[in-house]
Amino acid sequence: MTLEAKNLTFRYPHGGSAPVLDGVSLTLRSGERLGLSAPSGRGKTTLCKLLAGWEKPASGQALLEGVPVSQYRGFCPVQLLWQHPEEGVDPLRTLRSTLYEAGPVDRRVIEGLGIQDSWLERYPAELSGGELQRVSVARALGPELRFLLCDEASAMLDLITQVRLWRFLLAQAEERELGLLVVSHDICLLEQICARVLTWEELTA
Amino acid sequence: MEPILNVAHLSVTFSRYGRGFSRTKLSAIEDLSLTVDPGQVAAVVGSSGSGKSLLAHAIFHILPPNSRVEGTLLYDGAPLTAHRAAEPRGRELVLIPQGVTYLDPMMKVGPQVCRGRRDPAVRARCREVLKRYGLGPDVEDLYPFQLSGGMARRVLIACAVMERPRLIVADEPTPGLDARTAQRVVGHFRELADRGAGVLLITHDLPLALSVADKIVVMHAGQTVDEISADQLQSGYGPSHPYTRALWRAMPQNGFAPPSGDLEEWLT
Repeated sequence: MTLEAKNLTFRYPHGGSAPVLDGVSLTLRSGERLGLSAPSGRGKTTLCKLLAGWEKPASGQALLEGVPVSQYRGFCPVQLLWQHPEEGVDPLRTLRSTLYEAGPVDRRVIEGLGIQDSWLERYPAELSGGELQRVSVARALGPELRFLLCDEASAMLDLITQVRLWRFLLAQAEERELGLLVVSHDICLLEQICARVLTWEELTA
Repeated sequence: MEPILNVAHLSVTFSRYGRGFSRTKLSAIEDLSLTVDPGQVAAVVGSSGSGKSLLAHAIFHILPPNSRVEGTLLYDGAPLTAHRAAEPRGRELVLIPQGVTYLDPMMKVGPQVCRGRRDPAVRARCREVLKRYGLGPDVEDLYPFQLSGGMARRVLIACAVMERPRLIVADEPTPGLDARTAQRVVGHFRELADRGAGVLLITHDLPLALSVADKIVVMHAGQTVDEISADQLQSGYGPSHPYTRALWRAMPQNGFAPPSGDLEEWLT
């Protein structure tokens, strides 16, 4: 399968005339691990949001197997791990209902991520950012998943938890032939986990 | 020299209601002690969920109402009670919160950093502070949702350093920032410390912490397990505690290795 960004442009409706993202193209294939690094404010997150169908582009297309991503109904095969986990969970629901809101989650995933049963009875305000993020990862790893977009997905984790999360995700990606787009400011990290690392200049060239 | 902040035997517990009227206690921090001297940058690193943010919130007395704090918190040698914290909080005593959700979503950046004050001196200061972190005057006119993650972080930091703080508690100030900007931010903390302020830098980024901090406090499961000077950690004396060693080896530039078997047991 391929996930494709074709000449994506995005601007906020009342944000003046300057586009946040201007003419970005990218192709990601199943089983590929692509890293992306760029200075803050260039539009990395906006690109991820468009690729995951969270926003619609002003022009250009985000296509999964030739079909616009925003047209998928139900569990979207392209999932975005949000860089601020506290914004990705409902503050008024326990983590148990958040974890299972997109369908059943494989027991191996829960164990592999080190999610403890005691967390699931709590509300988001009672867990740390790193704990919330691991619940978000488990929720995103549904059986229909094909592409995972990781936007600074481990920036809130301590180094040891970060290593464990990536070892787990890489094993999952290999086993299930997932395509990974990894956005991070940590070049050393990208070099450890990605087969190919792009800079923003290469992407917009 | 009297430390600016002295935390001794701090513990934080949460009480939660179960079914009916039953209540359960959840211990988040147990017996934590650390000090921050004037002119010092103290970095706190440790596992996620080890209570680093709670420590910050305890200092500012902004923990949720179902929490209970025990132990001693001294600011300039006198107890930092909720009553005493209210006055300097936000001016002498500033917190850079971890979540970008701490920005008011309905308020543009400019007024937010100026806290609604409109006199020209304050606005000029706001512009200067934003510029320092590489944000132009056009950013003042944006709402938080129009900011990128890294820009929102820098706005939070700008809010904190608008006044002349004596104690800065920065809770994960750098995720989402590129290496240069992150270095600029912590470099500014160093500068504030060199002018006599105390900085408590809570972070996961050990290499970044090492580049500015005088000492590194390592936390795990609500306790301090190690306290080591930055020089000591870098100069081959080696981290003393096995957990600190494991953190060191887990750095992407130091091997990206998961903890070895015996430590694995200790961690759980």
